[in-house]
Amino acid sequence: MPKKAPPTAIKEQSMEIQKSMIADNFRQLYDAPKTDQKVVSTFVPGNLNELLMCFDFARNLPEINALQNAMRKRTGRMIMEAERAGHSEDVCTYVKADLGMMAQGNIGPTGEALPTPDLLLLSYTGCFTFMKWFELVREQYKCETAMLHVPYQGDGVITPNMREYVVKQLKEDIIPTLERVSGVKFDIDRLRQYLRQSAKAEEDLVWVLQSAKNKPSPIDAYFGGVYYVGPIFSSFRGSEGAAEYYAMLRKEVEERVRLGKGPVTPEGEMPEEKYRLVVEGPPNWTHFREFWKMFYEEGAVVVASSYTKVGGVYDFGFRHDPDNPIETLADYCLGCYTNLNLPHRADMLSQYVEEYEADGLLINSIKSCNSFSAGQLLLLREVEKRTGKPGAFIETDLVDPRYFSAANVKNRLESYFQMIKQKREGNAPLGAAA
Amino acid sequence: MTDKTQKTTADISAKLETGNSSKTSLMYRKNLKDIVAYCQELFDDLDFKAVKSWKEAKPGRKVIGYMPVYVPREIIHAAGMLPVGIMGGGDQLEVIHGDAYYQSYICRIPRSTIELGVTGRLDVLDGMLFPSICDVIRNLSGMWKLMFKDKYVRYFDVPQNYEDEIGGKFYIHEMQTLRDDFAKLVGHEITDDDLRNSIAVYNENRKAVEELYAFRAKGPWKAPSTEVYLLVRAGMVLPVEEHTQLLKDYLEVAAVEDRPVRDNCRVVVSGVFCEQPPFNMIKSIEMAGCYIVDDDFMLVTRWLLQEVPISGDPLENLSKAFLHHSNDTAAKYEPDVDKKGKYLIDSVRDNSAEGIIFAGPSFCDPALLDRPMLQNALAAKDIPFTSFEYAENSGQMQPIREQAGTFADSIKLWSA
Ligand code: SF4
Ligand code: SF4
Repeated sequence: MPKKAPPTAIKEQSMEIQKSMIADNFRQLYDAPKTDQKVVSTFVPGNLNELLMCFDFARNLPEINALQNAMRKRTGRMIMEAERAGHSEDVCTYVKADLGMMAQGNIGPTGEALPTPDLLLLSYTGCFTFMKWFELVREQYKCETAMLHVPYQGDGVITPNMREYVVKQLKEDIIPTLERVSGVKFDIDRLRQYLRQSAKAEEDLVWVLQSAKNKPSPIDAYFGGVYYVGPIFSSFRGSEGAAEYYAMLRKEVEERVRLGKGPVTPEGEMPEEKYRLVVEGPPNWTHFREFWKMFYEEGAVVVASSYTKVGGVYDFGFRHDPDNPIETLADYCLGCYTNLNLPHRADMLSQYVEEYEADGLLINSIKSCNSFSAGQLLLLREVEKRTGKPGAFIETDLVDPRYFSAANVKNRLESYFQMIKQKREGNAPLGAAA
Repeated sequence: MTDKTQKTTADISAKLETGNSSKTSLMYRKNLKDIVAYCQELFDDLDFKAVKSWKEAKPGRKVIGYMPVYVPREIIHAAGMLPVGIMGGGDQLEVIHGDAYYQSYICRIPRSTIELGVTGRLDVLDGMLFPSICDVIRNLSGMWKLMFKDKYVRYFDVPQNYEDEIGGKFYIHEMQTLRDDFAKLVGHEITDDDLRNSIAVYNENRKAVEELYAFRAKGPWKAPSTEVYLLVRAGMVLPVEEHTQLLKDYLEVAAVEDRPVRDNCRVVVSGVFCEQPPFNMIKSIEMAGCYIVDDDFMLVTRWLLQEVPISGDPLENLSKAFLHHSNDTAAKYEPDVDKKGKYLIDSVRDNSAEGIIFAGPSFCDPALLDRPMLQNALAAKDIPFTSFEYAENSGQMQPIREQAGTFADSIKLWSA
């Protein structure tokens, strides 16, 4: 029997634009040795993109490479390569995917060799593993390094001491290093200009994310959401292109709201919204489409997610502030989702369940990620207790295909949807079912 | 520096005699067997009875727990409180509730710590500090806040920037916050002199621990690692003054004890800085033919490598010691790529070790991610090593014994 052709993905214009932005960024990276452009490698949470643009660096983000490779089903081999080289099975697979990629010639997701960075800039925000990851790649690149230590919000607040510490590091260590490596003098007005563009994009992004309060929700704030946050979490925040992208995205979503449409999925528009969920935790990238399908097939839409806050929490009011350019960078780093303490995360998730009128909280617990995962079972109970809505827990991994068990995940989801249905019926006022 | 801040060691020592420390009568007879039995009893006691009796001995006494890897215990002590190291539940605690809080792929120490908490065994604590070591303990601080709302809970951050003007300022401020919080908790100010006194007391303790380690490195048959472990572990629950005395007493009696020398090789054990292996693992390593001559157990007792000055600003002194003279471990960032693993190489040299045993807790990102870098550094110097993983409740020691035995044999073969 001839194999059924996979459904062609249906894409909005903004998605096409994003695709070309990403392709351009990789092009810039691949060409860097020829164009003599300096390259910096840095992580997503707490990235200093606007600052790096002030020094004309091309930006390489290892997590983006890992997830892009995972979506192309390449990370399984990379992880095994790293394990063969002595890395434990137990540790974060983002790190191993990156090291495996380097061991296999450092070929980037789109098939060309990534350049050796001129600078490793570790913004150590919200995850301890970053520090070790960074030391591991440094061992191989042997290039100049800079480290920005972002303290954790242990008490759920940014204290003046924390802010001053980050500001001091930026002024006395990071900026001078960037100047030295790039040969470009720091221009604070240039930074302000980028920050202005960031704030514009952030405003539109928040509008888009909050559009999910509509019924039906015009977006999926997790599976679609990861695309929406792509530019702002990575090498584009602060650029004119990103500001334009978000303005266009907002227009598209406004139109969907006006027409009362649901989210766009890879197989077209979602016909009926049956379940509204809040999701905590990163997605699985190796089976992203398959995973998403388990939701939209059942009419489940994610109305809010915490993963779309790892590269910045904007929906509680924070915007990059051009009037306080260095302090605002500090506040941004300090405020990323995984830098928030557990009580704060429980507050946020409960608030999402209530404000987005969700049926409950689903946690996708990632084997790799202690930063997200340690404490999630308590989070689940806490949010259930506060909202009175049922929760569910599934386990997968980010980029290790060995930890995605489709049958298990599907089973869990189906029983969860069943539970929500029952709960709704049980809670329905007398006669409502008639 | 003002005159007021210029304290001499003599002043402090004078205060030590009359100070707020709680010298109690010896709980053991001064012979080797009794000292070790006493430490074993403290180790086996999952109900923290020693801590309870300290607390009950005087009304108003308070206790602060802390987890690995390092907190400045001097500040707790200066407030007149007892610092208590919480090292997990070991292999004797039945974890019933704790597993419901953690996925299978997270290490054991947080779940057994939760078990200790929910079963009321930690009720004796008035507060708990969660140091900056990894995301698991970091998140446990938030869990503690949610679960034990009536307790003082603090995530204690330390700088990864080692400049006095940057990381130092941040750290001094964090310590000051701790000092202010503790002052509120105990209802009185913690003066600079209180802190200086505590620094002096801990200097003495650090010196005693160092002497114990040096004594073992010199003649490991005279101080088996099982004993050294128990002795240092006793320092997690005893008042520091008593602990120092205990170490001194042990050193005195162990020096004159006649013990047979075995044909063991000399190893450094690395990676045991947080979740503790079962006590049997330490035994097994020794029985397999390895003398442990250095390790990273309970680094809090050896974190600061030099005597902390007593004169001057006490918090500044603690900060400088932390930034410039502190131990290395996976929880710390190494700014200089060429220095990665140097501390292990130094330890091998200083302790005349012949190899390294990497023993890391399963699912421990810091230990396991650090390990390949440390191994590369060792390989470059032709230092042999072997590696395995454990959990605090691992039951089967046979594989570890065999691996350590093979390692010991191969070392002997190489050096033959
Ligand atoms: S532990 Fe989590 S946040 Fe940290 S690098 Fe791995 S996936 Fe990213
Ligand atoms: S054993 Fe490792 S991962 Fe677990 S709490 Fe300790 S340092 Fe963290």
